[in-house]
Amino acid sequence: MKEAALQRIFYGALGVLALAACGVGLASAGASGAAFALFAALTLGGGVMCIWERSVVRSAFALMATFTGIAGLFVLLEADFLAMAQILIYVGGILALILFAVMLTPPDLGERKLSRILAGTVCVGAAALFLGLQVAHTANWFVRGAPLDGRAAGEFGSAERIGVGFLGVNEYVVAFELAAVVLTVALVAAVYIARRRKTDLEPEAGEEAR
Amino acid sequence: MGLGAYVAVSAALFVLGLIAILVRRNVIYILMGIEMILNAANLNFVAFNRFGSMKLDGQMFAIFVIILAAAEAAVALAIVLNVFYLFDSIKPGEADLLRE
Repeated sequence: MKEAALQRIFYGALGVLALAACGVGLASAGASGAAFALFAALTLGGGVMCIWERSVVRSAFALMATFTGIAGLFVLLEADFLAMAQILIYVGGILALILFAVMLTPPDLGERKLSRILAGTVCVGAAALFLGLQVAHTANWFVRGAPLDGRAAGEFGSAERIGVGFLGVNEYVVAFELAAVVLTVALVAAVYIARRRKTDLEPEAGEEAR
Repeated sequence: MGLGAYVAVSAALFVLGLIAILVRRNVIYILMGIEMILNAANLNFVAFNRFGSMKLDGQMFAIFVIILAAAEAAVALAIVLNVFYLFDSIKPGEADLLRE
């Protein structure tokens, strides 16, 4: 009963905040502002939900909202290929891996410790706010007024341009090959670590055999 | 939307990831928090690439971060499974073999 009321209050507040953010975005910067606010609300709302939910499965699905929102922000930043890769790899791959781990381990449905969540949020939030204000006060980013100087807007972050960047001479080809090696090594290592050995299944028999 | 808005969203996501790591005592939550932090870094890379005077460096960095995140997730989840077999628990505080 109390749990349900808490849930209702939390999600109601989250929805109202998201709507307010979209409204502010629409009023201040038109359609692009509203789109930005929508994706930002999706990203941050997913993160908040991930921390809030008691069940790990629900948290994992909340993370999907975060990743999708980030992909939307990538689209707004004209990084089309990255947005696609974000959805393919994060939503399709990493989230599936996390869900595998969730399903293979026991549920952890402890009582929601509101005091602990509040204390952690206040501490980390205050520290981050302090640091952020310091940085915002002192940082001087060299940002150009017109970002896409001399480039056609469509081709900047496209798959074709990224592909040329990966394989073109004097670009990122060494890093590309290195990433391939790293991925191969990491995945082979993951398979090796995760496999269940026979001695794990029958510890006594394994002990005797030794 | 200017650079500041994207940096603010990225900072907020970073803080959320940090809170997820610190508040929830569960290995899987720690992994999720790390993913959030990596995503925040990615957003920063792409935003500075878009608004700065770089060629394509920011987006390339973001791609490599995504690649390494995939590798990290695979290895970390394999380790989580092994820890579960060993300790029958995935709370980081209970993996204490080296303490003895």
